[in-house]
Amino acid sequence: MSAEAWEPKIVAFCCNWCSYGGADSAGMGRFQQPPSTRIIRVMCSGRIDPLHVFNAFLEGADAVLVTGCHIGDCHYVNGNDKTKIKYKFLESVVRELGIEKERLQLNWISASEGEKFASFIRDVTEQIKKLGPSPLKPEGVS
Amino acid sequence: MSDTKGTDVPVESKDNQDKGNQDEKRVGVFVCECGVNIGGVVDTHAVADYIATLPGVKATSVNKFTCSDSGQADIQQKIKEHNLNRVVVAACSPKTHEPTFRACIEQMGLNQYFLEFVNIRDHCSWIHMWEKDKATEKSKDLVRMGVERSKLLEPLEASEVPVTDTALVVGGGVAGMQASLDLADMGFKVYLVEKEPSIGGRMARFDKVFPTNDCSICILGPKMVEVVRNKNIMIMSYSEVKEVDGYVGNFNVKIEHKPRYLDTSKCTGCAKCSEVCPVEVPYDFNEGFGTRKAIYVPFPQAVPLRAVLDKENCINCKACARACESKAIDYDMQTTYTDLNAGIIIGAVGFKTYDPEPGHDFGYGLYDNVITAMEFERLLNAAGPTGGHVIRPSDCREPIRVGFVNCVGSRDKNTNIYCSGVCCMYTIKNAQLLKEKRPETDHTIMYIDIRTPFRSYEESYNRARNLGVKFLRGRPVEVKENPENKNIMVRVEDTLANEIRNLEFDLLVLSTGVVPHDGIHKLQQLLKLSKAADGFLMEAHPKLRPVDTTIDGVYLAGVASGPKDIPYAVSQGSACAGRATILLKNRKAITEGITAVVDPDVCAGCGVCVPMCPFQAIKMDEEAGKANVVKALCKGCGTCVTACPTGALEQSHFKNDQVLAQVKNVFRFQEAAV
Repeated sequence: MSAEAWEPKIVAFCCNWCSYGGADSAGMGRFQQPPSTRIIRVMCSGRIDPLHVFNAFLEGADAVLVTGCHIGDCHYVNGNDKTKIKYKFLESVVRELGIEKERLQLNWISASEGEKFASFIRDVTEQIKKLGPSPLKPEGVS
Repeated sequence: MSDTKGTDVPVESKDNQDKGNQDEKRVGVFVCECGVNIGGVVDTHAVADYIATLPGVKATSVNKFTCSDSGQADIQQKIKEHNLNRVVVAACSPKTHEPTFRACIEQMGLNQYFLEFVNIRDHCSWIHMWEKDKATEKSKDLVRMGVERSKLLEPLEASEVPVTDTALVVGGGVAGMQASLDLADMGFKVYLVEKEPSIGGRMARFDKVFPTNDCSICILGPKMVEVVRNKNIMIMSYSEVKEVDGYVGNFNVKIEHKPRYLDTSKCTGCAKCSEVCPVEVPYDFNEGFGTRKAIYVPFPQAVPLRAVLDKENCINCKACARACESKAIDYDMQTTYTDLNAGIIIGAVGFKTYDPEPGHDFGYGLYDNVITAMEFERLLNAAGPTGGHVIRPSDCREPIRVGFVNCVGSRDKNTNIYCSGVCCMYTIKNAQLLKEKRPETDHTIMYIDIRTPFRSYEESYNRARNLGVKFLRGRPVEVKENPENKNIMVRVEDTLANEIRNLEFDLLVLSTGVVPHDGIHKLQQLLKLSKAADGFLMEAHPKLRPVDTTIDGVYLAGVASGPKDIPYAVSQGSACAGRATILLKNRKAITEGITAVVDPDVCAGCGVCVPMCPFQAIKMDEEAGKANVVKALCKGCGTCVTACPTGALEQSHFKNDQVLAQVKNVFRFQEAAV
């Protein structure tokens, strides 16, 4: 498969209230994105468990995105503050596994920021295309 | 139409709700084409054919509109035919239609949480419009993820919470007043909180209002009186909401009452105190024109008609205390607080007009004779600082040549890109009013486009043209002052005549747009609402739920959710009252069945989860040494679950195995790839 045609698979965890809505707004605005990303909805970014992220990498994700409401805007008061803390831990473990930093990213996207969501997906996809498939990707998985 | 929504399938009784508990998972998958929204990009039949090969999938369907009566009838028919116990709908966003399909399957006796909603429109066909094959492959992945998740879904019961039949309305402008009156007339107790010393909002400051040019305060004043006379409305003026906690039906609210430094039960609003007060400060109600005293009645029609002492400017001469016959003045008054309980909250916090940036916006702040439309409005007003004589600030002369610049702070990527919607109309009105008062005046409106939708608006525009108001399509590129006579020199391209014009005005009025103020930000933070890109608050759905928010029991009226004119704001006030009445009258609200649950056999009683919960929903059962989730308080965010070190906590509907089923099914083995 040529590098040009290769489409990375990116798992994006979105919170119900902000970033999932941001992805919806991107759709409503028809902001085109590469078809690399599969969104998994949770109620709050605070629910995104390191377990989910590690599993995504082990199953074959070329990148994992952790997204939620802007700090101060959490629907559940401060779930995203806790996400931020957990993310630091996640980042350190993922780095220790030898995974490039571009493959795990955190972003706060509000329900109205469709354009931001789309450009985030475009940027990450571009970065991952340069890096190639994740070193953890099991053989035979697409 | 019958309750069964156009289907001839008999409605199953709720006794069959446990049908989904049978061990064998029988999944039905319904792929929606959404007209051409999905079907024009994604090969929906290829998706359905692929999904049909997955284990457990007993039925698949492709519908033009799954949400239509026939689409829903198809789901119900197939549930019956194939004895389905899980339903996957691949369509738009769950935010649009999850409730529709939950109700549809519940009618067939399935637990509503046995629905899995897959978004292949907003997250697929709409964003991959030119990559049809890849969009189809992505849809297959997304639906497969949904199918595998659906097999692990468990039945949940939505719970009911009691609703206190009192309402809190934040903001006493015309929208908040209308909401309060409607609710009060329906018999509910309303707390109306207003941060200013008087209710009335921005409308109280306008001179006349378009398109009928009737006097603003003359139509608003009686309504204000109606509010104060209504026994069910408690006005809390000069007060602000400081804290809100709780949830739909039971909001606990702390209100701060700023000290007026006088006893409102004694004050009669006679204003004798102001007469003797020696301090004069710029009068904010008149946009800084003229002065008021340090102790003052906000404006003649103020409700409540009570004075307020501005302690910052008070020199403590005590003249007012001596003049006050009812001995109302109390210099030692402190800030006080009220705690109250409300079942619903209506946010009608209003707006401010755009503040032109001194030096950047058409000479405002640099030249005396460049003023804003709000300032012009106060000058026009018979109760304003000049008794209704429009004068120019430099020499107090009445201007002859008046220029108006539209879209200041609107439709401009340097300020706000949105259209404020009201400026064209109020500029047309302002020009008409001055022209009628002084026919010798000459008016030029410089505009980008003239926008006059709604009844009688276009007629008002025509009326202005007939009166001789000139409309010039173009935006000033240069504004200068003639230092000798302080006239304003404007260089503007007339884009219809295709020529540069150099115009001289005695007065230049900037028609400033509508922008969100601090109160919007505060309310957003207090209630955890969403803000849109324009800075105003976001409604639950821009078309179908325009006054609801994503927070149950919280509604928005007026400009808080974006620029609006008066009829629109009033309609929204009434709409909020109507929406809120559903809860207030039923005295109960249905809340999501999604909560955290503890497995007591696994819980080690470490208590790590307790401080994780922002709603204090997790209590330690000291005796048993186990955590316990109070369901009525739990909002189902799942943050505690992630913190639990033993895995005793789970979030229903988002259990680890349910989320991981999706994670796992993002991927396929290449051999299996189509």
